[in-house]
Parts: sequence; structure tokens; C-alpha cells
Amino acid sequence: MNITLRVWRQSGPDAEGHMQTIEVPDVSEHMSFLEMMDVVNERLTLAGEDPVAIDSDCREGICGTCGVMINREAHGPVRATVCQLHMRSFSDGDVIDVEPWRSDAFPVVKDLVVDRGAFDRIIQAGGYISAPTGSAPEAHAAPVKKQDADHAFDAATCIQCGACVAACPNGSAMLFTAAKVTHLGLLPQGQPERHSRVLGMVNQHDAEGFGGCSNIGECTAVCPKGIPFDTITRLNRDLLTALMKGGE
Amino acid sequence: MAVSGLIMVGYLLAHMYGNLKAFAGQQAFDEYSHHLRELGEPILPYGGALWIIRVVLLVAVAAHVVSAVKLSRRSWRAAGVNRYETRRNRRGIQRSYASFTLRSGGLVIALFVLYHLAHLTWQWITPGGASPSPYERLVNGFNIWWVVVTYTIAMVAVGLHLRHGTASALYTLGAGTTSGSRRVILAVSVALAWVITLGFLAVPFSVLLGVVS
Amino acid sequence: MTQSDSSTSPVATVETPVAPREARVDADELFTVGEPIADAKAPAGPIESRWSERKFSAKLVNPANRRKLSVIIVGTGLAGASAAATLGEAGYRVTSFCYQDTPRRAHSIAAQGGINAAKNYRNDGDSTYRLFYDTVKGGDFRSRESNVYRLAEVSANIIDQCVAQGVPFAREYGGLLDTRSFGGVQVQRTFYARGQTGQQLLIGAYQALERQVAAGTVTVHSRHEMLELVVADGRARGIVVRDMRTGEIETHYADAVVLASGGYGNVFFLSTNAMGSNVTAAWRAHRKGAYFANPCYTQIHPTCIPVSGEYQSKLTLMSESLRNDGRIWVPKDGEDKRAPGDIPEEDRDYYLERRYPAFGNLVPRDIASRAAKAVCDEGRGVGPGGLGVYLDFADAIERLGRKAVEAKYGNLFDMYLQITGENPYEQPMRIYPAVHYTMGGLWVDYDLQSTIPGLFVTGEANFSDHGANRLGASALMQGLADGYFVLPNTIADYLAAGPFEKVDDSHPASAEAIASVNDRVQRLLSIKGSRTVDSFHKELGRIMWEYCGMERNEEGLRKAIGAIRELREEFWRDVLVPGTGAELNQSLERAGRVADFLELGELMCVDALHRRESCGGHFRSESQTEDGEALRHDDEFAYVAAWEFTGVGQQPVLHKEDLVYEFVEMKQRSYK
Repeated sequence: MNITLRVWRQSGPDAEGHMQTIEVPDVSEHMSFLEMMDVVNERLTLAGEDPVAIDSDCREGICGTCGVMINREAHGPVRATVCQLHMRSFSDGDVIDVEPWRSDAFPVVKDLVVDRGAFDRIIQAGGYISAPTGSAPEAHAAPVKKQDADHAFDAATCIQCGACVAACPNGSAMLFTAAKVTHLGLLPQGQPERHSRVLGMVNQHDAEGFGGCSNIGECTAVCPKGIPFDTITRLNRDLLTALMKGGE
Repeated sequence: MAVSGLIMVGYLLAHMYGNLKAFAGQQAFDEYSHHLRELGEPILPYGGALWIIRVVLLVAVAAHVVSAVKLSRRSWRAAGVNRYETRRNRRGIQRSYASFTLRSGGLVIALFVLYHLAHLTWQWITPGGASPSPYERLVNGFNIWWVVVTYTIAMVAVGLHLRHGTASALYTLGAGTTSGSRRVILAVSVALAWVITLGFLAVPFSVLLGVVS
Repeated sequence: MTQSDSSTSPVATVETPVAPREARVDADELFTVGEPIADAKAPAGPIESRWSERKFSAKLVNPANRRKLSVIIVGTGLAGASAAATLGEAGYRVTSFCYQDTPRRAHSIAAQGGINAAKNYRNDGDSTYRLFYDTVKGGDFRSRESNVYRLAEVSANIIDQCVAQGVPFAREYGGLLDTRSFGGVQVQRTFYARGQTGQQLLIGAYQALERQVAAGTVTVHSRHEMLELVVADGRARGIVVRDMRTGEIETHYADAVVLASGGYGNVFFLSTNAMGSNVTAAWRAHRKGAYFANPCYTQIHPTCIPVSGEYQSKLTLMSESLRNDGRIWVPKDGEDKRAPGDIPEEDRDYYLERRYPAFGNLVPRDIASRAAKAVCDEGRGVGPGGLGVYLDFADAIERLGRKAVEAKYGNLFDMYLQITGENPYEQPMRIYPAVHYTMGGLWVDYDLQSTIPGLFVTGEANFSDHGANRLGASALMQGLADGYFVLPNTIADYLAAGPFEKVDDSHPASAEAIASVNDRVQRLLSIKGSRTVDSFHKELGRIMWEYCGMERNEEGLRKAIGAIRELREEFWRDVLVPGTGAELNQSLERAGRVADFLELGELMCVDALHRRESCGGHFRSESQTEDGEALRHDDEFAYVAAWEFTGVGQQPVLHKEDLVYEFVEMKQRSYK
């Protein structure tokens, strides 16, 4: 099939960007979206043009490196990462708009590549359980209710891709933050730091320039891992408790 | 945002209850209106309770507006106004119209409240004629079609605002940590939105259609 | 050494004459044999007490002095992140590097199955000794007993550590950890977190790392790629990196350097590795004097989703458990182009069931992989390009019902459907083997120190624990064992002599390293040839897969060496790298990696050629039993082949480390 791409091109962090139209003939429906981009980049390279910078790594939907807006849907029309999106989801003659994640906290590095370092700093602000190596008690010392373990797991599947931010009308990273707060807050090991964690992470979230959450739910609709919305309400509950207790 | 919003929801319910007194006739309505000022006497002076309500409400409104402005500014800074070049999916993937219009609807409501106070409380504008009786002011006003139209627009805006706002407020306060409880919360906010919209519109339309006169 | 040697390397003809079968390996013109090498760090004596003894004999560093000592760690996968977190916590100044945009994306994240640990929670007879035994045997007697025992010994601590960090392992209703059996062992010792154990363990290590970043003990440089090692006055003292966002070339110095940079499966272009996985860090160290051990040991996984076209960029693995209920077949006639459902039973060849009646579809990974390649080579493969075999669940669905199959394999079927667009409930899956893990790596002693003092290597980047074949669920175990428990103890013994004399950019070794990096970047950019980087990489991959893949022989390997040399020469003459060095330039990044793969590929072939036996992930068609089983030659090859670099296209020097089995008796494997 033949498609037309309209791709965001921006040569550097401070450069002006624009949409570039690229005709892409002979696309196989079996290609993944990123493989289609590989082909585009091979052709651009051979034509003496600058290939489109786009991030990807594992290409099996787990590392969270890839991610672009496709027709203003984070990761495109399928609820999976861009690397799991195949061209059979499109039709011959389609015009496909491809843009980077947009958020004040995600500055563009080049073309479709953005800097998501803000996420690391949110984790640094409390997204962990302090367990110095070697100090761990026997693994079976504290049983965990299967239900809690399963819920914690659902939250822990976050791949830190940033789709939630890109899709959120407020540019909020609340789903990301909440997924971590919920993952650790549901486990017995996570209790001692539960309140300082949520305060630290939410403060850092705000300091990074992410917007506030207004419970719209676009984030959960695009999340490739299906992180549930209740992580956000759990974060809110923890946050209120923490604020009332003065953050102890 | 959440707490101030919920206070206003409570106020709206009480206000609607009072409005519906209109169906009990002029005497009941005017007595209710007068009684509001005697509420809490003799512990509170005449009109004291109403002032307390007014102050609480004013604080809530102020808090709501200030937080809304702050949140909007944060969101504009974080997400930008013309965020994506593409013209597709501008309204998102799943979001409700109610959430999409939350900000603009809030502005409509704010303007309406001023208009509403100017009309029925301060009596700066008196479509249909002034009167010392609140009931008469109401009947006089709602006999005019465009007054009813403005109130209808405003009430639809309130309904939409509540449709998203009530659930959102409860989520922000940590309710709805299971999908079941979120379904309940969503149903409650939809129901509340309908009850308040229809409840408030009942009186003006009754007046306009001559059921109440 | 300089860059330029790679373009002036002598190009062998493709038709290298095949040496007679009985030719002495040592006399081969492709390499020379040097002094034997031995591990001097592992204590002798009972295997159970060796690690304790080593920990006791190793020098300690006073906590107050640790602030004065710095460590560079390259890579933030399980081995790198866990080491960085632990050393930071101990008080050392740690600088950590990864090419990804955040440490948490390292390719450990993609491991699905689980992590082994000798906890014996099942009371099924497991023990440290049994895990040790299984790993040595699984490695086909080509690993070091001391190292493997230590791995088994610390395995239980890993689970404790990860649980304490909040890793959400699968649990049973009683709230205790669930385990399953994996990789053909008879005990249930594999802990898992649904199908994403790697991600959950890595998040645990990543969070521990970020905690140290917040504490100020660790600095992370993401989107930084190591391009050169600085060896000053005989010690590894720093690295030269490129900031991938700006193109800036930076130097970083420390008292010791740790490489935790993963495996080199991407030399095959198509593998289950991430797009960015590369050998550059390890290869640069090899060029600076670190020996590369057993590069030919490659693990190939039989159940991957096959290639669908020329544009294919990577292969996706599906759990081997599929073979429990699926039947593998191809049409009897290669010309049979009917839809699989229209091919009647009598025209199908269930070749595994036919050739291995006892084990059938459950033969070990390597046998299943080779058999698949064999039928495809006969022209009977199915799907695009004829590179695939059917894995058919029709019988299982009929026997067990669709519901039962769905409960068992639902998520795998969904994944297959998502990638291929074909519904495995209605038509057979197509599978093909893919490169999955590389057992070889930089040679290290018991302390995980390479042949360059101060250069330590952990995880898949080293060669140490898996011998010629890695057992399922053991890669995660090794990465975390190295990072949390082994390296933090052994590196102290080295650091105790520090801090070493300060090194900066003015040191001749630094200046040479910086110049060589700049020179190389400029050369890659200035060739402006006619072929893209990927076209070279794909061609290299095809050569490697064809001749140094799951089945190797003398003639093919010689052909491959000639072809690789030619390709390498062409690369340095005709590669087209667009853009500049002073920006994010993904073609330039790939070009550097492919340039190193072009050197590594040759060494892999030389290693495979010299090892005239079959063992584990290395199968020489000349060395097999009558049943087509791998045949080891313990009398000749019971050693680790540690290769010393002497120049591109020059003969590498082989140093042998003899393997002595004091505790496990060497046996030949049999699946008949």
C-alpha cells in the first residue's frame, strides 16, 4: 500500500520545527510502524536527506523507549506501544500525522525524540523502597495477600513511556506517578515510606512542570499497559492522608 | 478544587429545594425566603445564618476560581495551547464532552452567577418589573422568553460541569479506588447533574408555560 | 593502536582453501597460541567454602575511605544498575552510563520467564548444590565450577533482596512466593512475575539506583555511549563517551571501570536483542587488552516469530512452553503451497516426532532449532521467504477444548496475533529459531576482573557462569548475583590499593583514546559512500546466521571469515553516514556499533573454527553422534578459549584456561 506521512521535523532542542510531508510507496501491511520508519529512513539516507530521528529499542513493547503521537493518539490507534503497531492498522492512501510527545517537561531533542528525564527525577524523589543490599530479611518473612500482590503488579507494569503525559489535556504525569505510588504503597515493604513517598513524588511532579490532574482519563485510555485509573485515586487518598499527618 | 466544588454542590441542592417551593405558591416561597434570614435565631442575629452561608460560599467560590486559574495556567504551560499540529482527535480518545467543556463551562457559569445575582438578589436589572416579593420578581422575570433561555443555557452548563466535576472531586478526595465504586460515583454524578439541571429548570419553564403564575 | 588498521586490513579471498580435516588446529593460519591463562583468585578446597574464603581474604575498604574512591559503571541493566546501587550505598563515588534515555530501559527488561534461586520452598529436593550441578551440566561442562557454585550460593539472597525492594513476584493464595519449573529441570526453583520478570527485577534495581542518585552517591549519564577505554599505566582508569544528544565527546575517570554492557547477539542483525544492544564497550576493552572468551557460544531459541520480510528489524521470542501442546510440522513437499488447513495429514511431516519419537516436540532447544533450519534448507519452510515451520494447536484444541488452550496460552496467542495478524486458534502458528543470548564475553577471573587490572566485567558481558549453554531463568540470576553480591565484595580488594594517581585528559593514554574516538567519528562521517549502515549490518547478520549460526562447519566458517573481511573493507570504503557528529545522529551511533560487530564477527568465526567439537550453543556438523547429537571432545577442548587482540585482520592469540571438574563428573548428554 501507499501512504503519506506528515512528520514533525526539528533539528535540535532550540530549533523551529515544522511538519514534513513524505510519500511512502510500497508499504507492506506486515511491517511494524517502526519498520516502516526504518524503510523511510533508509530511503531518505540514500537520497542524501537527513533521516527522521525516532526512538526505539526493544521493539517488543516492554522497554518503553518508543512512543510518538500518531494522528494525535499516543502510540497510534492500537492500545500497544508504537513498536507493536503494524501497518495493517492503516489503509492504502492514508495520510498519517506523526508528532513527538508534547509537554513542557519533555523537551524535544530532535524530530520525534524527547527527553523524559523528568520521570527519573520523580522516581528519585521517593519512588523506591529503601532496602540496602544485604539487609533484606528472608523473602517469606512477610507474606503478601495475593490480591494486594496482583494489584501492585498491575501498577508495576508501567513502562515509563510517557504516553499518559502526551495524551493528557493537562500535560499531567499523574498516571505515571500514581502507578509507582500504588505499586509500592500496596506492599507491606512499602509502608514505612508510604507518606513521604507520595509527598516527595507529587512535589517533584509539580516542580518538573507537569500539569495538574483533573481526572479526565485520557491517560488510561492510551496506556499501552492498561494501568488502571484507580492508581490515581489511590495516590489521592495517600496524598490526603500524608498531608493530614504532616508527611510523616 | 474538590472541596470547594463539593460545598457548592451542597449549596446548589439547598438552593434547588428552595426554588421548588415556588410550586407551593407565593406565600410559601416568600416565607421560605424570609425564613432563611431568621435561620439560627436567636443564637444568630437576623440574617446571620444567611451571611455565614454567603461567606462560606464566597470563600468556596474564590477558592474554586483561584485553583481553576492556577490549574489552567499549569496545564497551559505543561501542554501548551496549540499542542499538536494535526487536526485529528482534537477532543481526545474517550473524554466526555463534559470534561472537554469544564473550563469554558465554568466561565459561562461564573458570568451567569453575576447575572443571576444582579437579577434576583441585587435587583440591578429587573426584567418584567421589580417587586419586594421574591416570588413576584421570579414570576415577572421568567415570563420573558429570553430570560428563560439564558437560564437554560446556564443550567445546561452547570449540569455538564457537575457531570464531570462531582466525580472528579470525589476522585481527588481519594474515593473510587475500585472499578465498582467508580461506576457508582460516575452514576451518582450523572444523576446529580440531571437532577440539578432539571430541578432548576422546572420553575422557569413552569412560569413560562403558565403552570406557576 | 589506531583506528586506521581497520581499513588497511588484508582482505582474504572468499574461497579460502579448506584445510584438510586432520590439520592441526594450533597450526592454523588464523590465530596463534599463547601462554595458558588461569584464574588466580578462586581459593582451592571444598567448593562450599570458596566464596566465604574469598570474601574473607579480600581486602576491605574503610567506610571513611570509600568517598575517595570512584567507580565507573557502563550499562544499567540488572548487572550494572544493581552494582551501581550497591557500590553507591557502600559509599563509593559511582558514575553510571547508559545509551538509553533512562537506566530503566536496559534490555534486561525484556526477559520474560523468571529467575532461578535455590530456595527449596517447594521441598522438592532443591539445594545450592543441585542448582550448581544443573548449571554446570546445562553449560555442557564448559564453565568454571567455582564461579557456578558461587552463583548458586547467592541466588537465594537475590530473591530476598528483590522482595525487600518491592518486586511483585507471583504469589500464591497463602501470600507466599510462587515458583515454577523451567528449562527442563526437575525442581520448581524459578521465581517469576507474570511474563515480565526481567522488567520487574530491573525496576527494582533501577529504583535502588535512583535512590542513590537522590542520595548523591551515584551520577547517571543517560544517552551516553562508551566509545573507548582509557588504560593508563597498566590500569583501566576511565572511558571516553559520546553524549548522544549533542555529539560531545567527554572523558570520565575513576579508580576502576566496570563493564555491564550486555551481550553481542546483534552481530546477527536479527536477534531478540534490543535495537541498540551492542558490543562496542566490550570490544573497545578487548582492543585495549582484555581477552575475549568463548565468543562462539551463542544461544538460539527455537520458538520465535519468524521473519516476515526484508524490512524485519528484530525477532520476538515466545515462551517455549508452547511446545508442550503444539505440534511442529512442515509440508512433505516443498512445492505444496496449500493453506495449512488444507494439507491433509498424510502430506504433513511432523519431523520432530518422526526423528525423536521419545521426546518428540519437546527435544532441547538446540535440537529443535537445528531441525527447523534443516527442513527450511530443504526448501520445505513455510511463510514469507520459506523461513518458518508450523506450530499447530489444532489437536490440542480438539483434545483439551479451546477454553483450556486459551487459559494456558492465551497471552502468547494474543501476542502472536498482534504481531502477525494471524489467529493461532484458527491456523497454525509459524515459528523459527532466533539468536537469544551470548554465553561468551570478556574473560574474567573469580573476582570478575578482566585481564586489564581495574577493569571488571559483569552480567552477559562476561563469559563466566554459563559455559557453552545457559539454562533458562539463569541470565537474570547471574546479572543480579554479579551486581548485588559478587562485584561489591571483589572490587573492594582492588580498590583497597587506591585511590590511584590522578589521570586527566593530558595523560598520553587519554589523549590517544580521545583522538582515536574523534578520528573514528570523523572517518565514519567523511566516507559518504553509497550503502547505508543497516545494509552492512544486515549483510553481516546473514553471513553470521548462515555460517556461524546454529550449525557450523569448517568450510562455512572459512567462507564467513573471508566474506566478513571483504564486507569490513567495503564498509570503511563505502558506508554512508548522513548528518554531523555534533547532534543526535542515530545513523552515526549505529555505524560505530556495526564497525565493531564487523570485527567481532570474525573473531566468533575463528573461535568457532578452532573449536572442532560440538558443545552447548556451539554445534559443529563434523562433531556429532549418529543421532545428530552434539559430541564434545573433552580430551582436546575442555578449556576456555580466551582471545587476545593483536590488530584488525591480524591473528588473535589464543590463551587457554583449562577447566577442571573436581565435583561434577563430565558426561555426554542424551535425549534418546
